[in-house]
Amino acid sequence: MKGAVALALLAVALAGTTQADGAPPLRVCADPNNLPFSNAHGEGFENRLAELLARELGTRVEYTWWAQRRGFVRHTLGAGACDLILGVPAGWDPVLATRPYYRSTYVFAWRRDRALDVRSLDDPRLRRLVIGVQLVGDNGVNTPPAHALAARGIVDNVRGYSVYGDYATPNPSSAILEAVARGDVDVAIAWGPLAGYFAERVSAPLDWAAVTPAVEPPALRFTFAIAAGVRKDAAALRDRVQDALDRRASDVQAILDAYAVPRAGTP
Amino acid sequence: MLVLASGSADRGDAGPANGDDGQWHRPARDYASTRYSGLAQITAENVKQLRPAWSFSTGVNRGHEAAPLMVGDTLYVVTPYPNVLYALDARSGAVRWKYEPQPAKAAQGVACCDVVNRGAAYAEGRIVFNTLDMHTVAVDARTGREVWKTKLGDINRGETMTMAPLVVKNKVLVGNSGGELGVRGWLTALDLASGKIAWRAYSTGPDADVLIGRGFKPFYPSDRTPNLGVSTWPPEAWRIGGGTVWGWISYDPLLDLIYYGTGNPGPWNPDQRPGDNKWTSAIFARRPDTGEAVWAYQFSPHDIHDYDGINEQILLELDIKGARRRVLVRPERNGYVYVMDRATGEVLSATPFAHVNTSKGVDLATGLLELNHEKTPVLGKVVRDICPAAPGAKDWQPSAWSPRTGLLYMPHQNLCMDVESVETSYIAGTPFVGMNVRMLAGPGGHRGEVTAWDPVKARAAWKLKERFPVWSGALATAGDVVFYGTMDRWFKAVHARTGEPLWQFETSSGIIGQPITYRGPDGKQYVAVLDGVGGWAGAIVSGDLDPRDAGAALGFVNAMSDLPRYSAKGGTLWVFALP
Repeated sequence: MKGAVALALLAVALAGTTQADGAPPLRVCADPNNLPFSNAHGEGFENRLAELLARELGTRVEYTWWAQRRGFVRHTLGAGACDLILGVPAGWDPVLATRPYYRSTYVFAWRRDRALDVRSLDDPRLRRLVIGVQLVGDNGVNTPPAHALAARGIVDNVRGYSVYGDYATPNPSSAILEAVARGDVDVAIAWGPLAGYFAERVSAPLDWAAVTPAVEPPALRFTFAIAAGVRKDAAALRDRVQDALDRRASDVQAILDAYAVPRAGTP
Repeated sequence: MLVLASGSADRGDAGPANGDDGQWHRPARDYASTRYSGLAQITAENVKQLRPAWSFSTGVNRGHEAAPLMVGDTLYVVTPYPNVLYALDARSGAVRWKYEPQPAKAAQGVACCDVVNRGAAYAEGRIVFNTLDMHTVAVDARTGREVWKTKLGDINRGETMTMAPLVVKNKVLVGNSGGELGVRGWLTALDLASGKIAWRAYSTGPDADVLIGRGFKPFYPSDRTPNLGVSTWPPEAWRIGGGTVWGWISYDPLLDLIYYGTGNPGPWNPDQRPGDNKWTSAIFARRPDTGEAVWAYQFSPHDIHDYDGINEQILLELDIKGARRRVLVRPERNGYVYVMDRATGEVLSATPFAHVNTSKGVDLATGLLELNHEKTPVLGKVVRDICPAAPGAKDWQPSAWSPRTGLLYMPHQNLCMDVESVETSYIAGTPFVGMNVRMLAGPGGHRGEVTAWDPVKARAAWKLKERFPVWSGALATAGDVVFYGTMDRWFKAVHARTGEPLWQFETSSGIIGQPITYRGPDGKQYVAVLDGVGGWAGAIVSGDLDPRDAGAALGFVNAMSDLPRYSAKGGTLWVFALP
């Protein structure tokens, strides 16, 4: 907490300079193996965003690596090991969040050569196609598509892929999209940034389209606005990060474009 | 002289019935899992003089759920992650050696509910225990030298190990944890001599994987169809269906059967896994040599409340309706004490021991639990007062049985839960909708209870109320004293017949460990217990959770927000004796 405040003050002092020497680093909490978001080689779009923000704040990035599982915030931000998480839902309670810098959506993804072009949860083909969904399993709840399919009685043709994947492999969360490429499932319903990034990287290229409807009463929605988060008592840092995001808004969008992050309107 | 009660335990290997070797070689002491000691120097009359003989800090700050072991003149203690095994001179607490398995750091991020370990076991000169990162280790009890270390699974797939092994006929029986993470549950037998895997019995999937063969004779006809571990799931869902094995195993040497329960189904939301989801939230009876299943029974078919079926089973002989029956007694997470014929798997009675509104009873003709669908959590719907809450009326914390009183001493909780709303949650870069679960004290406002249960009369003989869930094990002795610990730092002795408080001692941290008693090298009776608050119930302290974050620890924090006022973290072994 003290570190965060000190950093924010220093960031004010250094605003407008490009000299990073001597400035306290921007301490970012990130997953070392979770592309397209982040990895230890700095290859994810959240790595790129962190670097962009650090440059804008006149400093450099220092990472605390921790797998994004239950307890991620507690072990990183909460433990004071770092000060900033890139990529949290806007208004998410465990952190103090910036305004969102993008909104993405769950998407259908299918093999390009099969041209399935599924766009609606009410597409009658979903009753016979084999569908892959991401599984969370926390508190008996799951990703919104898993609930939406269950509500339609679509059960027997649904296969689950853990959001965590096999963490010993380089891209744990790509398993659901590789399953589409391999033909294990006909269509996947996955969180947009994963589909956008892996569509051209799995063993056969994929196409994707946003899930519709975007909202399903009473409790399901398929688009989420994504922001950056700091500790709840670090409003000063949050404001500095917000300013940096605002000043570099077009660069932020360019980074998201470079990773083919599906966007669902304004954040 | 007190008259022996109608019930008696099958002590298995525990030695002559009229004596006691004063040792403690496995967390439940005997194969029947009684946690009863025949030592009687410490009695209901003199226990008030009990005082610390020595104490020993483990240097570890997470939840200490383990039972110490007493072997010869050495006490053995295994800590939570990083799973250090200490050998202590029972005279003084001096360290004879310590063994550090150095489990993978990443395992901490995988464990669901604090990085606990429920204890080690001694057999044939070896101490065996499990590490959080999926290894079973055998260590020479005299030297502390590692004899073998076997990898049993992969933390990268969400598996961890927290349970205490049981050694039966030179087989080390161990199981996995991680049902929330798409883990497929199993029980595995390792050869005690070599550490090689002898067999593995999955909880879900085809009969060949579940080790169900021609010898499988479940009591209820509905359980006799082949491959129920596949057909009671949507296609393929059994592959990641949970049913992990992180609790207790008992052994009946006469029937040559081991008994253990399986965890809840996962990681699907309940609507996406229609069917009974066998064999999750169930009990198996198996042959220890081969793992072959002899019978099985599901306590909570298609579980929707996170009612794992991993609790202890105590093997007893009881007079039920005029006939002597060889039974197992299981205080279950769903709130019922089950009395079952342990040869056949027949449910003889199933009686609520706590406030239950999620179900209406167990049909003894079919063995089926009758659910109350008004208390089913539904996404987007407010459902209040779901009792018991997800940890059940009783979680892993093991009971003790006294053959002198015929009572089962059950430490448990009194918690209900509200499912209030949906909220956005987020993990591994993926946002999703979570249920906002808040646990609350049940009727009466207290959160914990110790119940002395008469399994013959199927009713409580007495009950004690505690501020917090009683997350420690219980211990019963021939001195008619029952010991247990509380999360607000009291180690307590009560009268086995009446529950009358006899003695209490304030420890350094809250107690979630399992008390034991033994005869020391000097011939005196000692009582030992680990303090060190934590576990699922105590994660608010051991995991530094924010008391304002009511939904943390799957909603448990809401019921525990005042725990930090009563206990900080830190593990210490306490050893007590009479002056």
